[in-house]
Amino acid sequence: MTEDKNFPNETSENGEELITENITVESTEAELSATEKPTEVYDAETAARVRALAAANRFDDESEVLISLRNLQVFFKIGGGLFKETKYVKAVDGVSLDIRKGETLGLVGESGCGKSTLGKAILRLTEPTGGQVFYNGKDLAHLSPGEMRDQRKHLQMIFQDPYASLNPRMNVGQIIGEPIRTFGLKNGGSVEARVQDLMETVGMSRRFVKRYPHEFSGGQRQRIGIARALAVDPEFIVADEPISALDVSIQAQIMNLMERLQAEKNLTYLFISHDLRAVRHLSDRVAVMYLGKIVELAGGKEIYRDPLMPYTKALISAVPVPDPEIEAKRERIILTGDVPSPINPPKGCHFHTRCPYAIAECKQIVPQLVEIKPEHFAACIRISPEHPQIDENHAKGLGVVSEGAPVSQR
Amino acid sequence: MSETNGTILSVNNLKTYFQTEDGVVKAVDGITFELKKGETLGIVGESGSGKSVTNLSVMRLIPEPPGKIVDGDIIFNGIDVRKLSIDEVRKIRGKRMAMIFQDPMTSLNPFLKISTQLMEVTQLHLGHSKQQAYEHAIKMLQTVGIPDAKSRLDGYPHEFSGGMRQRVMIAMALSCDPELLIADEPTTALDVTIQAQILELIKDLKTRMGTSVILITHDLGVVAGMTEKIIVMYAGKVFEQAPTKELFATPANPYTKGLLKSVPDPAHEEGTELYQIPGLPPDVAHLPPGCPFAERCERAEEICRVDYPPFVQINENHWSLCHFAKEVYAESQAHHVK
Repeated sequence: MTEDKNFPNETSENGEELITENITVESTEAELSATEKPTEVYDAETAARVRALAAANRFDDESEVLISLRNLQVFFKIGGGLFKETKYVKAVDGVSLDIRKGETLGLVGESGCGKSTLGKAILRLTEPTGGQVFYNGKDLAHLSPGEMRDQRKHLQMIFQDPYASLNPRMNVGQIIGEPIRTFGLKNGGSVEARVQDLMETVGMSRRFVKRYPHEFSGGQRQRIGIARALAVDPEFIVADEPISALDVSIQAQIMNLMERLQAEKNLTYLFISHDLRAVRHLSDRVAVMYLGKIVELAGGKEIYRDPLMPYTKALISAVPVPDPEIEAKRERIILTGDVPSPINPPKGCHFHTRCPYAIAECKQIVPQLVEIKPEHFAACIRISPEHPQIDENHAKGLGVVSEGAPVSQR
Repeated sequence: MSETNGTILSVNNLKTYFQTEDGVVKAVDGITFELKKGETLGIVGESGSGKSVTNLSVMRLIPEPPGKIVDGDIIFNGIDVRKLSIDEVRKIRGKRMAMIFQDPMTSLNPFLKISTQLMEVTQLHLGHSKQQAYEHAIKMLQTVGIPDAKSRLDGYPHEFSGGMRQRVMIAMALSCDPELLIADEPTTALDVTIQAQILELIKDLKTRMGTSVILITHDLGVVAGMTEKIIVMYAGKVFEQAPTKELFATPANPYTKGLLKSVPDPAHEEGTELYQIPGLPPDVAHLPPGCPFAERCERAEEICRVDYPPFVQINENHWSLCHFAKEVYAESQAHHVK
């Protein structure tokens, strides 16, 4: 355990200003060399320390936004050709979202809702087709490839599948060292030292440096993936389903590791997952996505305590609770059908085809994300700040109470 | 043991070993359980705990070599499954006992239409004609809630979403109205809303058709709502076995307790960090002499590293493999009563 370690937060802040790589590297090394032993055991002491750090680091300035998405769009063109109509999959359909410095923003939704595409679009691993991604005053979406490459140091990704995302022909040292070499953050022999430090940071033994991915379990591979992401000392990490492929006890380890690293390095996470229990556990705020749009956004606890939008309600009610007594009693909202095809999403509110509260207007009006309660946004024309509860509104026979834009006629 | 008292499957001291370069891997090492008609049994464990191998053994799907069922009885409806020839097994498998796998993409043939794959089952087992099989396939797709079943039948697996593929798998598994359905992580690859649908579907089909179900999962949330009793497996052994409510309320094994604590529980959790079972699951080829969990166990004492733990009976239906089972149980009770 690293008892007497100061956790320098200057790195990232300096890094913003100073693109000069040497400086970033120096502070990085100082930071990493202090981590001597893998913190495999998450004991009460560590937990307390992490919590204290987290409290100190996070939200000292609530309004400080790290990443700002404005009307971000990712459309995939499909079909087309001489006689065929060109269609678009609107994977991300005009998302505006602020990610605050030091927070974990959870992004949940069903598969195909565009949550992974959104994560990739922020890093431009998938090219946005419209809108802006502001990071440090720069619009990432419109940087040249070269300029974007420089920014990638600060923005990293952890992938879902620790089996597919690591090159099987590279050993651990090469995998973790690659980004360090690519970005020229280190030359020659010291890359190895850095790699070993990183391995210990994520709780792996230095001895494994020459081993290959297939020799590791899923949890260990995910640690390698995390170490690789940390290698360039990023400020922001998109974690795309990082624990979905892991065993329960290992999931807890990775979640705790992510929390510890966040506290130590003042990282900002976009945590993408369909596991609502994990999202609730890790996230400060949660955004719910449905067919390319954000339909609800609120504090992590708030959204579980009082989901407002019908889709969120269904999503949360679907989470199995590890308690047979509760499971026996609770009533589940079972949604019918799958997520509709994003190629031809339902008009108006995309959710109206599965929504138990849908009325005729839902097909004609596209709901806007409205602040229903303080810091709690939802997109539904049947709820408003005055009438936040759709059950009551439905019982009273209230129709449209909130704003929205009419479906454009095409 | 006989089918007369409503027991559909009884597994007794099952041992399935694998011969590897690394030595003998005792993937399943002395598992005993019973499943009554219409009952749902949950088997919980992490990867490598032997939960899948247990069920592959029951289905006689263990690749031989390297694997081999070296000991124990598997009695399915009075039939000793171990003594059957491969041809005889084939007649039961898919017809009287069926299995749903975790990954519906890899368990469906990507080159064949859904119709071909669904029809094959009933043509083979029920002797359906092509027309009968086709109609039955449509009926089954409707049963599992696939809209527009008729046109979907001509599709290929890749044209289906994950949830839909799993529905196809379930339709296939239930085509011959089996008495036993083994669902191996059926919802792990699915979204929560779809998971809820699939679990609801299994529950519904279970009550409608009276099928007995073995639900293998690592998700304690899933078994909590679905099962009557649970087996917790670790390193090829049954670590704990109890009725579902009792297992959650008063676990008598430190591993079960650790598992329960390491799952974020949206109903109870209030800003606490997760309990984390340290270390990794053991290498089953090289198990230590004592308790296989001792290395990772909070309350392990000297005896745990030296002596293999006893399988302690807590009460009629509750067993735990632990030197301190009674103590752990008492602690759980004290905690629960509080």
